[in-house]
Amino acid sequence: MARYVVNRLAQAIMLLVIVSAIGFAILHLAPGGPLSQFAASAQMTQEDLDRVTKQLGLDRPLPVQYLDWFGRMLKGDWGKSYRDGEAVLAVISSHLGATLELMATATIIAVLLGCWIGILGALRRYSLFDTLATVGAMIALSIPTFWFGLVTIYVFSVKLGWLPAGNRQTVGDGSFLDLLHHLIAPAMVLALVETAMWGRFMRSSMLEVINQDYIRTARAKGIPEWRILTVHALRNALLPMITVAGLQFPTLLGGALVAETVFTWPGMGRLFLDSIGYRDYPVVMGILMFSATMVLIGSLLADILYAVVDPRIRVG
Amino acid sequence: MATATLSTVQLAPGQAAWRRFRRHRLALAGAVIILVLVLGSAFGPYLLPFDDTYIDIMKRFAPPLSGAHILGTDELGRDVLARLMMGGRVSLSIGIVAMVMAMAVGIVVGAFAGFYGGVVGAVLMRLVDAVLCFPTIFLLLALAALTEPGLVTTTVLIAATAWMAVARVVAAQVRSLREREFAVAALAFGSSNLRIMFRELVPNAIAPIVVAATLNVAKAILLESYVSYLGYGIQPPAASWGNMLNNAQIYLTSAPWLAIAPGLAITLAVTSFNFLGDGLRDALDPRMNIP
Repeated sequence: MARYVVNRLAQAIMLLVIVSAIGFAILHLAPGGPLSQFAASAQMTQEDLDRVTKQLGLDRPLPVQYLDWFGRMLKGDWGKSYRDGEAVLAVISSHLGATLELMATATIIAVLLGCWIGILGALRRYSLFDTLATVGAMIALSIPTFWFGLVTIYVFSVKLGWLPAGNRQTVGDGSFLDLLHHLIAPAMVLALVETAMWGRFMRSSMLEVINQDYIRTARAKGIPEWRILTVHALRNALLPMITVAGLQFPTLLGGALVAETVFTWPGMGRLFLDSIGYRDYPVVMGILMFSATMVLIGSLLADILYAVVDPRIRVG
Repeated sequence: MATATLSTVQLAPGQAAWRRFRRHRLALAGAVIILVLVLGSAFGPYLLPFDDTYIDIMKRFAPPLSGAHILGTDELGRDVLARLMMGGRVSLSIGIVAMVMAMAVGIVVGAFAGFYGGVVGAVLMRLVDAVLCFPTIFLLLALAALTEPGLVTTTVLIAATAWMAVARVVAAQVRSLREREFAVAALAFGSSNLRIMFRELVPNAIAPIVVAATLNVAKAILLESYVSYLGYGIQPPAASWGNMLNNAQIYLTSAPWLAIAPGLAITLAVTSFNFLGDGLRDALDPRMNIP
């Protein structure tokens, strides 16, 4: 077990290095490089630019700059926002809570609903329910999230007036019920794609398990059907879902960005888009690196957790 | 009777695949819808009396079916149907061209990674893993923010964020095909590695490649709609299904039809390509099962 974890950890660190190299390359791809914001200003002469270039160490060879940048990133120094000079990591963490709240709610909805649909679909394979669920999942995966958000706003805010059209809370009202009221629509929108994914994975995992020999053995032993399903089948079918949680993470983050934009939700995705609008490259790069690192850690945790609950993985 | 049995057994692989595909009604429906969308976007604009960029301030926000404008007009009085068709040209072209680019990169990277294995393969596959760590929309928007937006940039950037899945599929296929007799035979005949990779191995992996390509078009159309909706893709006055939804949120209360038509078009196109890909997967290789 320890060997597996160490192996997986080493892989993750190597990946982080490559990920950071890509991030660094993108930063230097910007027209004018990391200084583009200042270069665009008419008040800066070429002389000033040269001086700042030297001050910031941008005249050094790229590998040296990269190592320096990577080292500072590990220490938590992610640069300062062009907009207000605040530390990038502080800006990100002040928006992280809203995003996590949204993602967690959507995931809970998606896991419960998706697993339920998937299990029922697998148990009644090719039934009307299964067919509808399969087709529905495919359509759900094809609907642009932002458009589903617009439709939701139109139906539930404009027409019915049940839900607020955006924001995290009513100004001057921060009660739990108010927060919940604002959370419903964006969480629902974000959960759509996730539910479809979880449903599909759950269905195929369940189908694989219920055709196994040990299920037939359990039936032969005369164990009641509900017990076979819950104890023997479900437990084994749920295990691979841990990996799905890891796989799903990038999609979930991307979806959160879109849902936050449509519902003016003050989270990291919204911040990302605002920062792009302001050409605030340090924050843009910070969020890009932050989300990639989150994905990396997510898949690492999922793999380790899976190895803990399923001993078969460690051997291979 | 014996001949009848024989004829079913000796069905050519292509015929068998076509039979399996025909059974997949949703895939067939998808193919038909794609055809309708392509033909409609290609020839539809010639049949309409309106130009997609013609501004008619006197006829702003005309609701659908209220007059000459079948799908109504937008905030500048432009005909929505004309924009939908012209937008279809842009969105579908981006979907297909970005797919071709992504396939090219994915096939080359995957072939090299799968064929050489060892250090080369490991490095290439770690690169794939690393790019996959970036949530696609974040990566796409960051790149789009750094470059001048436009048709070419948008297409290239979408391809740049969509080749990894293909590379994985091709690498896995090439890795397993490499050990097969025909590949070993080609090697014994003195074929070069490149020749074996791209003339022997990749063509034999055509089934999963075709499936991946179809699903890739769906993904590319979806991505185009995201970046254009957020304002970093196709720039107005040119229409795309994504940028037609640009201002839709502001006018949601007064003119909801502006949001409905392009959104339905995107959903229809993406769903069709997804079902088509699903059907092709069942038809070409019943054993494959990638959820």
